[in-house]
Amino acid sequence: MQFSARSALAIYRREMTRAFRTAFQSILSPVLTTSLYFVVFGSVIGSRMEPVGGVPYGAFIIPGLLMLTLLGETTSNASFGIYMPRFTGTIYELLSAPVGVAETLTGFVGAAATKGLILAAIILGTARLFVDYQIAHPLLAAVYIVLVAASFALFGFILGIWADSFEKLGIIPLLILTPLTFLGGTFYSIRDLPAPWDAIAFANPIAFLVSGLRWTFYGVADVPIALSMSLTLGFLALCVTVIAVIFRTGWRLRE
Amino acid sequence: MHEPILSIRGLTKTYAARGNGGGTRALDAVDLDIRKGEIFALLGPNGAGKTTLIGAVCGLVRPTGGTITAFGHDLARDWRQARARIGLVPQELATDMFETVRDAVAYSQGLFGAPRDIARVDEILESLSLHDKRNSQIRALSGGMKRRVLIAKALAHEPELLFLDEPTAGVDVELRKDMWQQIARLKERGVTIILTTHYIEEAEEMADRVGIIQRGRILMVDEKRAMMERLGTTEAVIDLAAPLAALPPELAGFPVGLAEGGTRLTYRGGNGQGGGRAEVARLAQALTRAGIAYVSLDIHDSSLEEIFVGLLGSEEEAA
Repeated sequence: MQFSARSALAIYRREMTRAFRTAFQSILSPVLTTSLYFVVFGSVIGSRMEPVGGVPYGAFIIPGLLMLTLLGETTSNASFGIYMPRFTGTIYELLSAPVGVAETLTGFVGAAATKGLILAAIILGTARLFVDYQIAHPLLAAVYIVLVAASFALFGFILGIWADSFEKLGIIPLLILTPLTFLGGTFYSIRDLPAPWDAIAFANPIAFLVSGLRWTFYGVADVPIALSMSLTLGFLALCVTVIAVIFRTGWRLRE
Repeated sequence: MHEPILSIRGLTKTYAARGNGGGTRALDAVDLDIRKGEIFALLGPNGAGKTTLIGAVCGLVRPTGGTITAFGHDLARDWRQARARIGLVPQELATDMFETVRDAVAYSQGLFGAPRDIARVDEILESLSLHDKRNSQIRALSGGMKRRVLIAKALAHEPELLFLDEPTAGVDVELRKDMWQQIARLKERGVTIILTTHYIEEAEEMADRVGIIQRGRILMVDEKRAMMERLGTTEAVIDLAAPLAALPPELAGFPVGLAEGGTRLTYRGGNGQGGGRAEVARLAQALTRAGIAYVSLDIHDSSLEEIFVGLLGSEEEAA
């Protein structure tokens, strides 16, 4: 299998330039959202809440909020990243280039992972202004954030290839990702839910993601970290396979 | 003859049927060889299959059948090697409008596997008179400049084979002339160029060889000069001082006829490359020898356009 690092780097560089062009929005939006959540849930309501699993409530919600923003931003950013070229016709260049699925994904997903890490740093920095917290496994947390960002960048990529209108592009993050993240234990521990809701909540794959990230932060989780990690890797592998098939068949890319 | 730089055999593209109608055959068993260093003009009406043909070579369209070989590489298998040496300027002005000119060209350079070389990017921009716009966002440029950005992008990896899909569509006369000069300069640098156009004037001006395509089939491929010689004609109209009742024997052998009640002699013949004009001169001498006075003489050589329209017309009748 051939791989052109120059091509992958060119795609990566371009994606990063695109992100920095809208840096103001990219930075301000997560800072504002996170601040609002902390004002309402962290400071106002959180001060009246019991600690969850030994973690103060304000700190408890950080991984969930991080996941909420990370999933939404990464998915919509990646889906726009491929949908816009299809919509405007600039995709011709990618299709006519000596570039395969490996370079394309390395460039796009690498940029998404970088942006995910930057986003996480911004959110964590903002959170620090409101609550005090310690990250138990910072390295694992970073690895986990990169994995989740990469997976959802791939998912967004598929979404951007599948969508044939702006409406479809927006509908999955809005109608599926955000509700599932909210219900996935961002603001509470799923273990605290009454039966049968706790069992139902575990049908939500995002619950495993939130739980996994929370484990890297505080060493407490609703499910074992190994399960969260394998599920994330499984999702990543599934998305890579789907995209490889899309490139092989040219579905929605080549006439 | 050298091995062709691009060789297309039996290339067919059928678009899947929509609704009840049968599939559309955009390309129908196209055979085509492109020679190194030439400018080849693919001429045809809208919807003839020009863009599909380019798309099939450049990887935008998946062919239904046939083979494409570029630089000796089979495109179905060695597409990476082939594509790294091919450039494409699309018909639509498709660019990321918020990108700067220099970023856009540097991106293309890297994407096609060339080492990042900003000095080279600037050189290309200079050659296309875009250097002072290098830090502008593409959206701030005029249409003609945007097209030149697309050309700069296509040249960033120094392709040996360049496709220009309707390079002067929607471009005013001044810019069109400018574009022709740019293309001529590329040819001087040894780039093989395939351009599509429906401005016949453009093919006549630029091309070494011309291919005429209609309904996905190549009707004819030939040297522009040979095509004009073979199919071109000269028409001459000679107004006589006094009407003739019949053609005099001195004019036997000339392809002429009488019109306007015998006051006009019409000639139609020659080869579109001077042969007709020489014959008309002999005709004028024959008239003088026969003592036939004439008051005016008008000569007109047919253009590639007339050949083209004639070809498509006869094809239309046959269909």
